Amino acid sequence: MATLHTRSAARLMIAPSVLLLLAWMIVPLALTIYFSLLRYNLLMPGMEEFAGLSNYTYFLTDPAFFQAIFNTLAIVLGVLFITVAGGIGLALLLDQQMFGQGIVRILVIAPFLIMPTVAALVWKNMFMNPVNGLFAWLAKLLGLQPFDFLANAPLLSIILIVAWQWLPFATLILLTALQSLDEEQKEAAQMDGAGAWSRFIYLVLPHLSRAITVVILIQTIFLLSVFAEILVTTNGGPGTQSTNLTFLVYAQALLQFDVGGASAGGIIAVILANIVAFFLMRMIGKTLEA
Amino acid sequence: MARNVSTGRKLITTVVAWTIAILIFFPILWTFLTSFKTEAQAIASPPVFLFFDWTTENYSEVQSRSDYLKHFMNSVVVSFGSTLLGLLIAIPSAWAMAFAPTKRTKDVLMWMLSTKMMPPVGVLVPMYLMFRNWGLLDTRTGLVIVLTLINLPIIIWMLYTYFKEIPGEILEAARMDGASLAKEIIYVLTPMAIPGIASTLLLNIILAWNEAFWTLNLSAAKAAPLTAFIASYSSPEGLFYAKLSAASTMAIAPILILGWFSQKQLVRGLTFGAVK
Repeated sequence: MATLHTRSAARLMIAPSVLLLLAWMIVPLALTIYFSLLRYNLLMPGMEEFAGLSNYTYFLTDPAFFQAIFNTLAIVLGVLFITVAGGIGLALLLDQQMFGQGIVRILVIAPFLIMPTVAALVWKNMFMNPVNGLFAWLAKLLGLQPFDFLANAPLLSIILIVAWQWLPFATLILLTALQSLDEEQKEAAQMDGAGAWSRFIYLVLPHLSRAITVVILIQTIFLLSVFAEILVTTNGGPGTQSTNLTFLVYAQALLQFDVGGASAGGIIAVILANIVAFFLMRMIGKTLEA
Repeated sequence: MARNVSTGRKLITTVVAWTIAILIFFPILWTFLTSFKTEAQAIASPPVFLFFDWTTENYSEVQSRSDYLKHFMNSVVVSFGSTLLGLLIAIPSAWAMAFAPTKRTKDVLMWMLSTKMMPPVGVLVPMYLMFRNWGLLDTRTGLVIVLTLINLPIIIWMLYTYFKEIPGEILEAARMDGASLAKEIIYVLTPMAIPGIASTLLLNIILAWNEAFWTLNLSAAKAAPLTAFIASYSSPEGLFYAKLSAASTMAIAPILILGWFSQKQLVRGLTFGAVK
């Protein structure tokens, strides 16, 4: 009787979250799918009509779409490469004995806590600006021509800004994983005559592999949706050179008011994210067993 | 732990680590310094580092020109509001799943997490239209609702992993001693759950404070939190580095401090307990 009572109480306690998340998941997504099948522009209210898959064909044949897919992947892969490689290096460094380790950690973590619009604007204006930026000053100091980062290499600049924000995340997680490595194991390897490099390859890296996978998957989820950094730096330009899928859908919806087209793009983004999510969920699911 | 390294090696590590850490931190330091310069000094070439006429006029200017405090309060209301509302909904759920798990608990948890995987842009259009129709565009209420929903899975997950660590034997012992469910919750569980709840609160305030997709798309002049307000500096009118820096410094300082206190929880919360 007691357990039955507890069980129904438990169900009652879980219900609000489940219902809310169910509504949050189903209602807007169903609407997006519905809109994606309509010819629907906010500038022409009352003119909605069924359009079949034409929004999808429009989106999939738009040259901007392929550029956006390319840019999305470039941002994800570029940032992943920098943050994972840099994160491993930094985590190894921070794991060493040093003076003022706590402060060093605090300094390294900081960029992750900065809101994206601030991070992007600070980099854009105070560092990458070709006239007043610090990089321009450094270039002149070295006798070089100042480089207009956001005009000439917009995608790379955005990758650098986003990588700066996410490097602390990778570092922090890898450092946490590193600290759980058994000290005795390392000592044993050392006594067996394993050099620093082979200890790294055969002991540390395998130990980190799980954390690295987690970093890659979680960052990918967020990096597929980079938005604010693009909005405040390049606005997707010049042209569509730094437009990713998220930004393309935003532009289609809120700048061109094309509800149908934007919805089709949104659904494509959902499919893309689901492929990644599938692997992430399996990873996290395994930890529940433990 | 007791691995001793030579002082020489420790010194070298210290120098290298500090150099890299300062380089990584430099943009933030530079923003902070620039916020105390005049606009002319902010773009001076060669740049001035410490020896300039420190002034706080940028801070008062930012406030008087654009009612900074209003946006700051929007951020406070939206991030605290959504976090507290989220906790209110999540605590009972996480509690039930941790202490009265069923066969389906794991599936429910995984499903909740999967809602977090949905890219926001996939539901941007309907959310925008619904908000427009219901008069929620550019309101704090609207932002609180959206941020509660997007962070709810993380809140539930974090709480669940913390609650899970509370030993079940304690509950049994209390029950044996004849404690009622209410007493059990108030005297036994709550004290043990508070640290986990506090960590969850902290991390989610940080996440909500920095959220920059929905706040940018669903707010304008009235309800814009700092993320959206700072974005308005992307279209410059004249010289504005010092003012941008002052506005930025005030926007990031509270969260930097909170974040530094919750380093550990950051890892746990952001990996959904997969790395502790």
